[in-house]
Amino acid sequence: MANHLFLPLISPMLAAALALIFTRTKTRNVARGIVLTSVVFNLAYSLWLVWTVATTGIQVTQAAGWEAPFGITLVADGASALMLCVATLLMLVTMSYSFASLDPGYENFFYYPLLLLLLLGVSGAFLTGDIFNLYVWFEVLLLASFGLMTLGGSRAQLEGGLKYVVLNLLGSTAFLMACGLLYGTVGSLNMAHVAERMQSVNNPGIVTVIACLFFFAYGGKAAILPLFFWLPTSYHTPPVAVTAIFSGLLTKVGAYSLYRVLGLVLQDELVRLAPFVLVIAGLTMVVGVFGAMAQMNVRRILSFHIISQIGYTIMGLGLASAVGLAAGLLFTVHVMIVKTALFFIGGAAEQIYGTGDLKKMGGLAQREPLLAIFWFLGILSLAGIPPMSGFFGKLALLQAGVNQGAIGISVIAAFTGILTFFSMLKIWNEVFWKKSYGDMSKLPRVTPGLLLPGALLVMISLALGLGAGVLVDYSQMAGMQLFDRAGYIASVCGVQGCEAIVEAALR
Amino acid sequence: MIFLLAIAIGSLFAGAVYLILRRSVAKLILGLMLLSHAVNLLIFTMGDGGVRRGALPIVDYYTGEVMPNTTDPLVQALILTAIVISFGITAFIMALAYRATQAMKTDDLDDMANTDRL
Repeated sequence: MANHLFLPLISPMLAAALALIFTRTKTRNVARGIVLTSVVFNLAYSLWLVWTVATTGIQVTQAAGWEAPFGITLVADGASALMLCVATLLMLVTMSYSFASLDPGYENFFYYPLLLLLLLGVSGAFLTGDIFNLYVWFEVLLLASFGLMTLGGSRAQLEGGLKYVVLNLLGSTAFLMACGLLYGTVGSLNMAHVAERMQSVNNPGIVTVIACLFFFAYGGKAAILPLFFWLPTSYHTPPVAVTAIFSGLLTKVGAYSLYRVLGLVLQDELVRLAPFVLVIAGLTMVVGVFGAMAQMNVRRILSFHIISQIGYTIMGLGLASAVGLAAGLLFTVHVMIVKTALFFIGGAAEQIYGTGDLKKMGGLAQREPLLAIFWFLGILSLAGIPPMSGFFGKLALLQAGVNQGAIGISVIAAFTGILTFFSMLKIWNEVFWKKSYGDMSKLPRVTPGLLLPGALLVMISLALGLGAGVLVDYSQMAGMQLFDRAGYIASVCGVQGCEAIVEAALR
Repeated sequence: MIFLLAIAIGSLFAGAVYLILRRSVAKLILGLMLLSHAVNLLIFTMGDGGVRRGALPIVDYYTGEVMPNTTDPLVQALILTAIVISFGITAFIMALAYRATQAMKTDDLDDMANTDRL
């Protein structure tokens, strides 16, 4: 029993409730202090959890002491601990960026409690070991994100928000449908138990239907090819801090759930569907990056790049092996950090000019050289150029792809990397490099509060690239755990398996 | 009974898809509501009375015998959770759609393409 797994859920819940009391402008420093304390605590805890999982293995606890297949299980293995850690880090950085960049009006309307509830939903989704519970955490994080997306109520936000809400709701409905069918087929929703019973289900048709429904539901949240339309239409409308944290967390929760449910629970089905998954991954990469090339707005370009990068994550899934999942995980961690950093830096440029339109920007390299340096390092990392972390993420994916004979997708992935660099250079040229048309002396200077969050994340990406060995080893361990069905069942239900516990209870 | 339920679920799905594909925001919301009802009924049929007919719903703690006149409580718990969640989200969408149609001065989804074009 590792009851400490409840701590990262209790802390943001309590802090969100407390921060609600202090939303007025007069007491806003109290609210900031409370939310910061909670997030710093979560970060410290998740770092400790990463270390604990690496040294002592999978951590499991059962809610209210109900034995595994009957109650709700919380499980922290390598993948969930790593994702939890990165998500909390991003939340901490986003908080500090919000302190510097946000209108006070937002703080009066429950901005920080919503951020904490988002963190709560994300942490819960990473830690849960029960599929219906995962659905509930998804709804928690979606409702918080709905609030954040539309907070402010500008015209664009309402319009983008409506599309975002409706398309995500359709995904949730498919998720619920898949839960129902899964329960009807195997009679359990505990991931370990489902994984165990899946091996003896002799009805391949319904299992394929369930796997495809899950793929549709999580794929919609992760913004894979035919389901990404909610993303570029809504991500440029809310404040920069909100877009940044969304880009870091939301699509990645979808990707993580794909890894967990298809990679672990419905593993045999994933192996069967792998060629289709790889095709979708390739198309997502290419369509995302071409979409980005056609845009002329900083945040819309970055939004399309989210889609393109999700293609790489899905490629890791489509390789359907421990090595593939490990590589995909490594890449996802890198892209969460770098993408958020780029949104922060691009957003800082946007705040200086008061617009995200590339045609109206220019000349920022001369005026804000630090911002330009960090932006350039960031796009090097996104494109996958050593020594930044992106290089190792892509290298691992390409190695796994080539070793498994998936040459086509590997070529597309390498090609997309070049196109990514090309379309990021467009922002570099337009915003930083070209001459400014207007008089720049009246524009505001970048404040440390706007610069430092992005700079910090870029430095972390550089550090992860220079010390890549640690993260590569860890992600390989996490990939092994993620693909090791027997090991997962044994750590949740004991070596006898979940069925033995059910038998014992019936006797 | 299961056939009647199957027909009902199918009709609800068909109606929901039809309404969601219309251009009006109000019909879109009605479609989403129908969809959530359809899924709830689908989950309902997944209990021991439907697909898993004959599965043990509840057994006596001491004797291990199947209790008479019991039904699978888990599907009902799932549906209850789903109803509460979809209720909350529907309320949110209605408020959002109301504000959006006010701000855009239109109920037609085809006119809501400004954020795509920017």
